[in-house]
Amino acid sequence: MLGSTLLLALREIRRHILRSILTTLGIIIGVAAVVTMVTLGNGVTASVQNEISSLGASNFIVFPVRTDRGTIRPFDEADVRAVEQQIAGVTIAAGNASANATAFYNGQDWDTRVEGVNNAFLRAQSIDIVDGRPFSNDEELAGKNVCLLGIKVRAAIFPPGTSPAGARMRLGDVSCTVIGEIEERGRGGGGADDDNAVYMPLKTVQRRFKGSDKLDYFVLKYDEGYAPAVIQASLVDLLRERRLLQADAPNDFNVIDTAQVNQALGAATGALTAMVAVIASISLLVGGIGIMNIMLVSVTERTREIGIRLAIGALAREVQLQFLTEAVVLCALGGLAGIALGFGASIGIASLIDVPFVFDPMINIVSFVFASGMGIVFGYYPARRASQLDPIDALRHE
Amino acid sequence: MPGETLIELEGITKTFGSGPAAFQALKGIDLTITRGEFVAIMGPSGSGKSTMMNILGCLDVPTAGIFRFRGVEVQKLDRDQRSLLRRRYLGFVFQGFNLLARTTALENVELPLLYRGETKAQRREAAMHALDQVGLVPWASHTPAEMSGGQQQRVAIARALVTAPDVLLADEPTGNLDSERSVEIMELLRRLNGEGITILMVTHEEDMAAYAGTIVRFRDGLVERIERGAEELA
Repeated sequence: MLGSTLLLALREIRRHILRSILTTLGIIIGVAAVVTMVTLGNGVTASVQNEISSLGASNFIVFPVRTDRGTIRPFDEADVRAVEQQIAGVTIAAGNASANATAFYNGQDWDTRVEGVNNAFLRAQSIDIVDGRPFSNDEELAGKNVCLLGIKVRAAIFPPGTSPAGARMRLGDVSCTVIGEIEERGRGGGGADDDNAVYMPLKTVQRRFKGSDKLDYFVLKYDEGYAPAVIQASLVDLLRERRLLQADAPNDFNVIDTAQVNQALGAATGALTAMVAVIASISLLVGGIGIMNIMLVSVTERTREIGIRLAIGALAREVQLQFLTEAVVLCALGGLAGIALGFGASIGIASLIDVPFVFDPMINIVSFVFASGMGIVFGYYPARRASQLDPIDALRHE
Repeated sequence: MPGETLIELEGITKTFGSGPAAFQALKGIDLTITRGEFVAIMGPSGSGKSTMMNILGCLDVPTAGIFRFRGVEVQKLDRDQRSLLRRRYLGFVFQGFNLLARTTALENVELPLLYRGETKAQRREAAMHALDQVGLVPWASHTPAEMSGGQQQRVAIARALVTAPDVLLADEPTGNLDSERSVEIMELLRRLNGEGITILMVTHEEDMAAYAGTIVRFRDGLVERIERGAEELA
């Protein structure tokens, strides 16, 4: 019975192929929109999370801010040492000082940034070295002219396929020896491109590029067994004390918890997803009304046919099932077409806006089931109406 | 078996509407039809013959009276039960053919079988057999638009026959056809009747009624006269 009902439904859809396509367009677009948005959303989330995890899940970033009087008091290495030694739970504290510079090698030049960091900083930020070695203790303490290259700098000034390790290059006025490369990182938490940077020992950058022993900011990594709020509170207390702030004075520095940034981004993604869901629901509702409209037209148009079917012995529920099946098949086909369209659109747009294509089988299944459900919801009334027709009147219908 | 009582009507009335606007289409019909009969129902417009046909076809129920079909009191059945009765025992042929447009002759003939849960092969075989009975096998894959009125009516008859019903109900089967095609259809009906199927036909043409063994004449909601056919009289 269901087989022949399905057959009848498909025959009927085939008979009005253009009308069927136009009718399901609402469903197709709705499903395609949902699939595309959710897939792209997943891609964006994945790439953001990738960057966040590169930032370090349990990190604080501490930097000075301008006070009311317009002054900035930078931190120095002593502050970093104090934080590392005096606050329980802190495993690494490491400073950063950076400057812009042009990298030269073999007649090529490239505008980039010099990051003054020590190995501790690289560890805290999970920056891994490929093809080379980290700074030695001696190089850090003495501020030697050695450097690690970000992948973009390396690509810009070194010929492809050669290892830059051991090469002597120049950064502005400073010449240095390349000791390794940094893994590909993507855009960092602060918006800076970690790949377009050259890493030198902190002391080297302070002395050769900044002319000061101050830091731009410092990061600290904490043991996940400790509550971040407790660490942050003692961190703020310690720094206020070291900076001799009066009890009523505001902080002249800021502490960012990357875990919170993570949460905030998650919340933003959630809000985006909710918005997409609302838009999609509206579009599917409109699509469903379209289906209902065309099914009502179809019932009126086929009144005589319904009369014939009833006369030859179709039960009311069989006629109802037939029209319901037609609506569901129509919607299900629309759902499939929408998924196909959404799949194509996701791949296209993902490559266009440079986010990974993350296939989510769940959203495809859910939208398909939902689209088919629309058929039941919006096909019910027309089908019911068809089944309640009086065969004698229906046969007389012109 | 032939000669057995198939249909019994006792005091059938049918009233449409209610109150002062009520209209009594049938005013008390008593009629018995035996298996294998070919009955023509005649009468002027408004005489109640169409209402009678709808009741005999189990499409409608009488307001009062008893309608026994194969011993079953049809007026007591609900809508679905009457559907099942039609599905199993009745075949319909209409004046306007009522074939599904843009659907081949074969698919049209298969239609009643779709409600019986038979396999595709069974449906195909039965439908081809029915088309063979009306001589339209070569036209199986044509749609109604590609056929003449006479051919369309033969497809409709094949559709009525495909379930091997006890009774074929024909409502003005030649009403839309020219005289030559009408004769073809009537010859076909007579042949099918000869093969044992009971035929109830509404017509207002004496020529067509002449093919029937029994003519029931209606006037003003009552049976005016029943004329048993020549072969019975002979």
